[in-house]
Amino acid sequence: MMHKLTVAELSKGLKNKEFSSVELTEHFLSRINQSDLNAFITVTDDLALDQARAADEKIANGNAGILTGIPYAHKDIFCTTGVKTSAGSKILDPFISPYDATVSHKLNSADMVMLGKANMDELAMGSSNEKSYYGPVKNPWNKNKVPGGSSGGSAAAVAGRLSPFATGTDTGGSIRQPASLCGITGIKPTYGRVSRYGMIAYASSLDQAGPLTQTAEDAALVMNVMAGFDDKDSTSVDRAVPDYTKNLGNSIEGLKIGLPKEFFSEGLDSGVAETIMAAVKEFEAMGASVQEISLPNSAHAIPTYYIVAPCECSSNLSRLDGVRYGYRCEDPKDLEDLYLRSRSEGFGAEVKRRIMIGAYALSAGYYDAYYLKAQKVRHLISEDFKKAFQDVDVIMGPVSPTTAFDLGSFTDSVSMYLADIYTLSLNLAGLPGMSIPAGFSNNMPVGLQLIGNYWSEELLLNAAHQFQAQTDWHAQMPEGV
Amino acid sequence: MEWETVIGLEIHSQLKTKSKIFSGASTAFGAVPNSQACAVDLGLPGVLPVLNKEAVVMAIRFGLAVGAKVNKRSIFDRKNYFYPDLPKGYQISQFELPVVGEGEIEITTEDGKAKIVGITRAHLEEDAGKSIHDLYDDYTAIDLNRAGTPLLEIVSDPDMSSAKEAVAYAKKIHALVQYIGICDGNMQEGSFRCDANVSIRKKGAEKLGTRAELKNINSFKFLEKAINLEVERQQDILEEGGSVVQETRLYDSVKNETRSMRSKEEANDYRYFPDPDLLPVEVDDELLEQIRSNLPELPTEKKQRFVSEFGLSDYDAEVLTSQKAVADYFEAMLDAGADSKLSANWVMGELSAVLNKNQTDIENCPVSAQAFAELVMRIEDDTISGKIAKDVFKAMWQGESSADEIIDSKGLKQMTDSGAIEGIIDEIIANNAPQVEQYKDGNTKLLGFFVGQVMKATQGKANPKQVNQLLNEKLS
Amino acid sequence: MSLSEQQVKEIAYLARLSIDDGEVEQTTAELNNILGLMADLAKIDTQGVSPMAHPLNMSQRLREDEVSETDQSEAFQKIAPQTGQSHFLVPTVIE
Ligand SMILES: [Mg+2]
Ligand SMILES: [Zn+2]
Repeated sequence: MMHKLTVAELSKGLKNKEFSSVELTEHFLSRINQSDLNAFITVTDDLALDQARAADEKIANGNAGILTGIPYAHKDIFCTTGVKTSAGSKILDPFISPYDATVSHKLNSADMVMLGKANMDELAMGSSNEKSYYGPVKNPWNKNKVPGGSSGGSAAAVAGRLSPFATGTDTGGSIRQPASLCGITGIKPTYGRVSRYGMIAYASSLDQAGPLTQTAEDAALVMNVMAGFDDKDSTSVDRAVPDYTKNLGNSIEGLKIGLPKEFFSEGLDSGVAETIMAAVKEFEAMGASVQEISLPNSAHAIPTYYIVAPCECSSNLSRLDGVRYGYRCEDPKDLEDLYLRSRSEGFGAEVKRRIMIGAYALSAGYYDAYYLKAQKVRHLISEDFKKAFQDVDVIMGPVSPTTAFDLGSFTDSVSMYLADIYTLSLNLAGLPGMSIPAGFSNNMPVGLQLIGNYWSEELLLNAAHQFQAQTDWHAQMPEGV
Repeated sequence: MEWETVIGLEIHSQLKTKSKIFSGASTAFGAVPNSQACAVDLGLPGVLPVLNKEAVVMAIRFGLAVGAKVNKRSIFDRKNYFYPDLPKGYQISQFELPVVGEGEIEITTEDGKAKIVGITRAHLEEDAGKSIHDLYDDYTAIDLNRAGTPLLEIVSDPDMSSAKEAVAYAKKIHALVQYIGICDGNMQEGSFRCDANVSIRKKGAEKLGTRAELKNINSFKFLEKAINLEVERQQDILEEGGSVVQETRLYDSVKNETRSMRSKEEANDYRYFPDPDLLPVEVDDELLEQIRSNLPELPTEKKQRFVSEFGLSDYDAEVLTSQKAVADYFEAMLDAGADSKLSANWVMGELSAVLNKNQTDIENCPVSAQAFAELVMRIEDDTISGKIAKDVFKAMWQGESSADEIIDSKGLKQMTDSGAIEGIIDEIIANNAPQVEQYKDGNTKLLGFFVGQVMKATQGKANPKQVNQLLNEKLS
Repeated sequence: MSLSEQQVKEIAYLARLSIDDGEVEQTTAELNNILGLMADLAKIDTQGVSPMAHPLNMSQRLREDEVSETDQSEAFQKIAPQTGQSHFLVPTVIE
């Protein structure tokens, strides 16, 4: 039963010696070993048990912190010393990281227990977790369906109760969308809130890490550890980190909610729409006011994102060249051959497509029409939010136009890209956003998206927590858990 | 056909920071391969750059020194290309908005005239690592110690019209970067590297000709040779009715030729775009003023002061201020009490000749400025002659002791007793009757012979002025 | 704007990705399909709009010039595909 508990509950249980961290860790490890979700690329049994033993010692000595001894799944995009860090790609399959990401370091310093490295779409490119070199991840609610992506392994691990929480990264929805599709809570903080150092870059100006948890309260607990300034990351912001748990209990009476009409137009599944509107009603019942708003340029988020992100990734991934680490092809006959074959054999099809789109959009003669134009539209998209937040405190809407789709149902990139319509714009603007369980449609979870102004994580977590105090969607579990 | 040469230079100057431009690894030269390449320099997955303040400060120092516009906001871009010594697959550089904008510098041309050369821009970037081709037969070995060393790329306007002018400009920049303490100027170690853009056009033509970029030039001598070779090559092509291709050419100093690197250039499209890992660099007035107030006296200012304060000629002032270390040495001599003109002559003459002969520079001179000043003062007060002084200097160079001690111990003090000198002269006149006769017959050139005899007899210690005067009296 | 097969080959090479002759046609179609999404961008009025390269309006933080790294070359070379005499090795590069 331990696996059904939230981080907050586990923390109490450890403190009260109801169970030890070793027991907890063994329990989760055995669940992982019995699971067929393919949520993990690497399970770090020995390391986990070492960490658990160390945590138990701290607990025994009375030196424990709130998260001491709590196990977690770490998205395989974060570098972890001595542990394979593949980012779901063959090209990094041989990469045993010689250093720790700042997030890894912070979680270690909080005495947490890493169960293993969670599966993900290759190099964080995908919305279904079907693009992993290590095979697709299954949705715990229906194993014929995708868990979403790119943090699909993380979401499936939490939803399947293989881990009390997991780390994720969100470049265009990669925390929120899998959280939504797997019926759990996920938060993408303001850009600059969590250090990107040691997080394998997909699109540097969009990437941001955050937790996937059962509850908003758990997300707040983990955010307290993950967030904060890092002098190794020039884009990290030197700004005090509040105690995110402090104001969770505040009333949200008077909260002004904006519903962007563009998020409720054609393409949105009616079952999802109904679920979202019911959740919004719940907020109204708690004293929030609702108004319609407009984000006129949000419709351009897809072309804008699918230029900006590929441009940045085409350059970010050049370092994966088979020279200093990672995959190198067999018997390269010359340098050219080494580059061409290592990269072609090492990268999957979707990654190659994005690299090529990016290389093209940056190339001589096309830069202005693509890259520069996209950066201007990005500005317009961000201005829309600026205007909207003059009138409302939180923007709400769906995360994804549909619930989780069947594995293998999308055969082309474009239709997959179109499903990102509600999540991309806030990455372009750098704003924080959440997905919280809001109900079900066709027996699959539906996530409600909460978008806040810059640095409003506290407010988002508070609103989410209040919603979760009134509802029990977040407490629902897939059958057999 | 009369041709006109147009040259612009791109100079890569390694900045003398302790750590790299985007990482905390050391920049020291000559370490064990890859021992100074940290995770950031290696471009490990997930690592991020953080900008070294000192590199920015040094770039601004240069900007202020050439009267350039320092951009209050500059941007780092990525220049994308694949090469094994470029770990990330891109070089972080500045493209659209460099830290230093337009400036200028004055050079002296061959005919001694002053000429202003425009500086288009100077931007910060990271150096690449080194590819070593001769360590293995079948492999190229990569050492990334140099990767991430800060560079200031100084781009000139195409204002030079001869190889000599290009060299004069390069030397001027070379001296300046050392003056302001931003670069050690060591060309052998690659701290200061020149690329030359060379084109020719018909005399009087307005449009620039197609240019070739010459790379891999690691001395001023080679710079001159490479440019002259290239000018000849282009003239041959054009005179035979051909056309010059825009390309990069590698200078081979062993074969003294340039060869095309066109194959490498093929399909090069650098896809510059702002580096999303770095933010715009903002330089506020406070920082700018702080840098300005810490700027040392610049070569031009120093030269003017040497002329006005010490009464030196333009030429001497130019030579003495062309290197900061030389100017500092010279000024230290004056501080110790030596005469300015005599010091100038001795620094530019004997001292520079001996330094040259020993292939060393003034920083490593075994004779301190104070010691050298003492020697010059002994010439000044007629204790020794210039000729003797050269011998004393040799002894000082060998580390024997101070000028006064050497003069004393070797008894080199000049004879100024006119009675004693007269006695010697009388003896010489008596012993050289035929020469005396010839002299009196009008062969006045023989005066030198008599002077020589006197100096020989006195072991050079007689005061030459006095000897001349007495000989003139006695022989007339 | 749509890509020709020749352009696709050039882009692939620029990104050091090999592309078999047999794949060119399909890859070209896929990339053009994606670029079709971008067609609308040209129609958006961005007159006077400045490009936004970064979500936060901040300036670059400057690091003090201090050596903070120690030699970790052994750990770094342990994960390299091929090394020798403290160097990373690649097939001979002809200049
Ligand atoms: Mg250049
Ligand atoms: Zn350069």
